[in-house]
Amino acid sequence: MSKYSMHLLVCGGTGCHASESDAIVCNLRDELEAKGLMDTVQVIMTGCFGFCEKGPIVKVMPDNTFYVQVKPEDAQTIVEEHVIKGRKVTRLLYKDPVTRESISDSKHMGFFKKQLRIVLRNCGFINPENIDEYIARDGYLALGKVLTEMTPEEVIKEVKASGQRGRGGAGFSTGLKWELARKNQSDEKYVVCNADEGDPGAFMDRSVLEGDPHSVLEAMAICGYSIGAGNGLIYIRAEYPLAIERLKIAINQARENGLLGDNIFGTGFSFDIKLRYGAGAFVCGEETALIHSMEGLRGEPTVKPPFPAESGYNGKPTNVNNVETFAAIPAIILKGAKWFASIGTEKSKGTKVFALAGKINNVGLIEVPMGTTLREVIFEIGGGIRNGKKFKGIQTGGPSGGCLSEKHLDTPIDFDNLIAAGSIMGSGAMIVLDEDDCMVSMAKFFLEFTVEESCGKCAPCRIGNKRLHELLGQICEGKGTLADLDRLKNMSIVIKDTALCGLGQTSPNPVLSMMDNYYDEYVAHVTDKKCPAGQCKSLMEYVINPDNCVGCTACARVCPVNAISGERKEVHHIDPAICIKCGACMEKCKFDAIFIN
Amino acid sequence: MSKITSLADLKKRREELKSGLDIRVKAIDPENVVQVKVAMATCGIASGAKTIMEFFLEQLDRRNIAAVVTQTGCMGYCYAEPTIEVKLPGQDPVVFGFVDLKRADQIIEKYIKTGELVDGIIPVNYQTIDLKE
Repeated sequence: MSKYSMHLLVCGGTGCHASESDAIVCNLRDELEAKGLMDTVQVIMTGCFGFCEKGPIVKVMPDNTFYVQVKPEDAQTIVEEHVIKGRKVTRLLYKDPVTRESISDSKHMGFFKKQLRIVLRNCGFINPENIDEYIARDGYLALGKVLTEMTPEEVIKEVKASGQRGRGGAGFSTGLKWELARKNQSDEKYVVCNADEGDPGAFMDRSVLEGDPHSVLEAMAICGYSIGAGNGLIYIRAEYPLAIERLKIAINQARENGLLGDNIFGTGFSFDIKLRYGAGAFVCGEETALIHSMEGLRGEPTVKPPFPAESGYNGKPTNVNNVETFAAIPAIILKGAKWFASIGTEKSKGTKVFALAGKINNVGLIEVPMGTTLREVIFEIGGGIRNGKKFKGIQTGGPSGGCLSEKHLDTPIDFDNLIAAGSIMGSGAMIVLDEDDCMVSMAKFFLEFTVEESCGKCAPCRIGNKRLHELLGQICEGKGTLADLDRLKNMSIVIKDTALCGLGQTSPNPVLSMMDNYYDEYVAHVTDKKCPAGQCKSLMEYVINPDNCVGCTACARVCPVNAISGERKEVHHIDPAICIKCGACMEKCKFDAIFIN
Repeated sequence: MSKITSLADLKKRREELKSGLDIRVKAIDPENVVQVKVAMATCGIASGAKTIMEFFLEQLDRRNIAAVVTQTGCMGYCYAEPTIEVKLPGQDPVVFGFVDLKRADQIIEKYIKTGELVDGIIPVNYQTIDLKE
């Protein structure tokens, strides 16, 4: 075993590194060396603790002492007081923001309770290709409980009481959905799992299917029992080969063990699951389009009603839930509706998985109780903005959502608050934008996606989004007018009100929210013909600063269109009429003489 | 494989499997059995987790370290892929990020062999639930 009796963990994440955590490591090592303790105490630089707000962090093991905002000169105190004398350095301990009491043990810090994993409980913990490990973690126990101890009505009552709302985006009550499907009488019913995760930046469904496929299978069987269905279908996009592979393995193992198939647990209940592949169209995440695609028809939405609960797959009552929704069901059954309902906010219960992407340090998957604020997600769990840049906005809910600005940072995240703020929960993608992102270009980027993915069935979405995209393009090129901004807004509202399905009804959200929150930036594009973030190429001008230019001719030689003129050892000049703004000259210049105006 | 035909059956299986896992840890000399979990979701594999898993399988065997190497799903630390979790007997699991072959070698030589921590540790920053209540 270790010859070391104590470990000093120093955070080496970007944030802490910027606050001289490397100097702390050096000083600690020097101190230990001076005291002859190098052989018994080890100093290790770790990855980000995610608690960057209070960095740099030093954690002392094995007693779990957590020091915050440590300065290089504190190294001596830590070694002399804590390491040698065993006394905690009180002034460096984390203070509870409410009680002002010092907390020494990281396990009692609120921050480490911010992430709570219910849906992801087994992800990264069990081997997804081995059903035994799932069973060892109480897997299929919820199905057993439901089949032997509860009536279908009781299950639905329990799910309803838990307050769980669909994690696919719209946030419809899961229990209510099941109840509707149960009420419709039919010789055949279907349970469908929507695994057509299509939002750019969202990958929680894939991770659950890859990391814990049995939780979804178990929940589908529970749903089947509740609504009276014997068949389950998982609609998954062909772009997720690993998830498909693991699902196939899981389904086979469940069948071999008698947990899917006929007469499960000897109760007479039979349920089996098949896979259906999608070709990766965004619109097929909409439940009616998804059902049509499974039937072999074009993936186009139809008007609701009839809802799938009345007439869905092959005209039979069908219940469609999202992967994340299903994955929480076994936990709700085993731990009870009351427990689940105790987590989250008044109208949004439980936890939500978010996929953090964009200009954020800790890109990844997190699961937090509903009601956690954006600030906690971005700056504490997400580790803040990359490269020390300034936070500008966060696009929640993918291309169907909106962009929230600094003023929304302290809003508790739940279904209703996000809608009130002009965005949506969506599937939980969060794309973080920093000061270098242009809000006109971003809106154009998201519109590009919806234009591409529109199925073309209804005019508002097919034509309207195309026009929105064109208008945004003109504004980016400096050809927009103030009247265009009004046009953008009016057209967005019309599309929202008249489009057939969720795709069209939400596609103008990025435009509307960005215009709301960053109106000045839009105005700058049309009146001053300037892009404040310096992203819109057409609005940029490369200029040579005569004070710095030495006339080395390097820029003129690298320019692909010969836009730069000037004699050797004399100040050069860029002709804006010829310049294509490729930036090659700026990269080449060794004297910082070229800048963007 | 025998089918599970009742809830009692499942519970029995669970107990067997649980103790089975215990035996895996306890039966062999506990000082020497190490559990390595490699995060093998799409993101992990894309960043080279397969190579890392093969490396551990091969090298732990070659270096005569009794160990169980298994794959698991996404741990959520996508920025630090490939990530692995190493559990030394009787100790809390430790997650390492940015594991390339060099770091994998260090983990075996330093952490697994001597318990000495190496760079790249990702501190656990979440709570998980216990389904029994």
